[in-house]
Amino acid sequence: MKHNFDNLNLIFDKYPKTQESLIAVLQDIQKEYQYLPCEALEQTSEVLDVPLSKVFSVSTFYNSFSLTAKGDKVIKICTGTACHIRGAKLLQDQLENHLSIKAGETTEDMKFTLEVVACVGACAMAPVVVVGEKYHGSVKVSKVKKLVKAK
Amino acid sequence: MTIKNVKDLNKIRKTSLATQKKHPKKVLVCCGTGCIANGALKIVDSVRDGLEKRNLKDVTVEILKETGCHGFCELGPLVIIEPQETFYTKVKPKHIEDILDKSFLDNEVIEPLLFTNPVDGSKITKYNDISFFKHQQRIALRNLGKISAHDMNEYIGVDGYQALAKVLFEMTPDEVIGEVTKSGLRGRGGGGFSAGRKWKICKDIKADKHYVICNGDEGDPGAFMDRSIMEGDPHGVLEGMMIAAYAIGAKEGYIYVRDEYPLAVKHLEKAILDCERTGLLGENILGSDFSFTIKIARGAGAFVCGESSALMKSVAGEVGEPRAKYVRSVVKGLYDEPTVLNNVETLVNVPTIIRKGADWYSSIGTKKSTGTQVFSLVGKVRNTGLIEVPMGITLREIIFDIGGGILDDRPFKAVQTGGPSGGCIPESMLDLPVDFDSLTEVGSMMGSGGLIVMDDKTCIVDIAKYFLEFLVEESCGKCTPCCEGLYQLLKIVERICAGKGVEADIEKMERLSENIMLGSLCGLGKSGPNPLMSTLKYFKDEYIAHIKDKKCPAGVCPELITYEILDNCTGCMACIPACGYDAIEGKKKEVHVITQDKCTKCGACYAVCNFDSILVS
Repeated sequence: MKHNFDNLNLIFDKYPKTQESLIAVLQDIQKEYQYLPCEALEQTSEVLDVPLSKVFSVSTFYNSFSLTAKGDKVIKICTGTACHIRGAKLLQDQLENHLSIKAGETTEDMKFTLEVVACVGACAMAPVVVVGEKYHGSVKVSKVKKLVKAK
Repeated sequence: MTIKNVKDLNKIRKTSLATQKKHPKKVLVCCGTGCIANGALKIVDSVRDGLEKRNLKDVTVEILKETGCHGFCELGPLVIIEPQETFYTKVKPKHIEDILDKSFLDNEVIEPLLFTNPVDGSKITKYNDISFFKHQQRIALRNLGKISAHDMNEYIGVDGYQALAKVLFEMTPDEVIGEVTKSGLRGRGGGGFSAGRKWKICKDIKADKHYVICNGDEGDPGAFMDRSIMEGDPHGVLEGMMIAAYAIGAKEGYIYVRDEYPLAVKHLEKAILDCERTGLLGENILGSDFSFTIKIARGAGAFVCGESSALMKSVAGEVGEPRAKYVRSVVKGLYDEPTVLNNVETLVNVPTIIRKGADWYSSIGTKKSTGTQVFSLVGKVRNTGLIEVPMGITLREIIFDIGGGILDDRPFKAVQTGGPSGGCIPESMLDLPVDFDSLTEVGSMMGSGGLIVMDDKTCIVDIAKYFLEFLVEESCGKCTPCCEGLYQLLKIVERICAGKGVEADIEKMERLSENIMLGSLCGLGKSGPNPLMSTLKYFKDEYIAHIKDKKCPAGVCPELITYEILDNCTGCMACIPACGYDAIEGKKKEVHVITQDKCTKCGACYAVCNFDSILVS
């Protein structure tokens, strides 16, 4: 996939050039490209003067980071305890079935990525599904198809 | 303006109080994550437009308050009219005209928007008359829902930064530590260690640098009080950190926040910036010798980073793996310097303790667990949300008086406390007074204060499986007992859920759990078997039912249940499209049938049926 890496410098300029900034820089890159492109990781290693192996190990340790491209819209099913008890598994089953992908995968047309996440901290509205940046609370089976349509 | 000394601070306080007095009529809109999800920002816009229409544009800031979370998220967006304390739930933009005309400008109450008591169906007008709020005592949550979350002047108006002024000019660091120790404040992140003692240990170590870190990594699924506090009262957290820093002699501090909490990050960033601009953070704060800066470190989604040594690695930009703690992190923490790590809720309590005194604080709660605790009361309970209650209150009071009992009047089965390190507590122990020690005694723990209520439709074995899945996923992989041991436990429990368990499994799980607890490097592994052990202790029958009878009494484990449609089916056809596997056939107004070969037992038909026509057995 071709990317424009001009914005990377804007990200690097925000932080001191030390290892302490590594996670914050990777978070910004993840936000910008929806994943961590290989070239961006190489540049990060150079600019922050952190070995590429270390950049890679941090990139793979934390759940927020992804090394593969994600779809236009990321659907996160919260599987925190409150959501689990109020039927998150069923929602996952329905969404997997509807999108014909498993959690963690992206649709072929690159429109949707389905993820399960552990607790988004909105437990009083369980079960919760986050589509893009928008939180949907008390999601019912009958609402699932609408969630995918919501653009 | 800059705040150079206490006089400047008091000037702002006076102005803020005078403004409050001049404008007693207010419209408070809850803008916590829950209410925003339900559309609170549109409500804010509508109120703003409405005020403009009524020629009140100039005083919008004084009237309209975008507050932090009230904790009653399920009923959001919430709007409160002051000074009457009229409490409106599920407000939509179309209601705003009415609210402004009748409730704000006049004293009328709009009945349909009031809270309905789930017990008797009556309408309740005032905030403090609702049982959910009535039994609470708010210290950590004192400002949530009361002031604009991102307005520093308003925080100063409610005695904000007065405690900081008091410690800087009236108390020595040792006196501050003495006061916090005397108050009995214990760490609210789960450990329950005395905050004052921790500060003392840290202060007494001679080093080039000392650090204060605020732990906002709230990883426990089912708990969200730290999020609400950081979003709704960021200055309260900062003031707590400043006092801790003064006490231990730190010049630098970090707040470690989960990246999943964007609003908390935004509000904290704004609060830090406001403090830096006015001089409340930086060199010679309030004209004293005390200098302090705070940086935000965003977590990146790793549960293990709630553990102190892992968190400190993560702050330094490294992989968050814990180390063996022969030397504790308070002695050798961030960059190997002495570091105080306190949880958000612990720190936000500190300013009030300093202002009102240790004796006042320790008079609340129990002897060994003083003060209050914030719980997130969630799961199968009627009133879900955040509550703050004195320590020592019973589980029954929390679940039935504040929570209004179990959803749909189903029987209570268990309450899970302490997240993945805690356990499930059965009905026979509902009268247990809740504090740090009593929960540990019964095999659970306080943790960060999540209370997840379960009814008879919750399968206990499935819950044990759920927590093990979570822990296996989150285990960092550094030590074998945790990484491999928990995985093996999960495999056994999965087998039991699938109806393939054998009786010897129970003993095997007990033995394995013991070894994991003894051999693991950090708290994640050491307490990892807790959810399993506590369910085995109190709900052995349910395990036996799965193993011997091959039955899941709660009707949850797919391999052990069947779905059938009863004769009272009205033929409404709602379940046919809900089933994603074409397993249901039927015509309109005729009883439908499930083809068992195709049924995956996902439960979608059960969830959509309005006539109780689906039988799970």
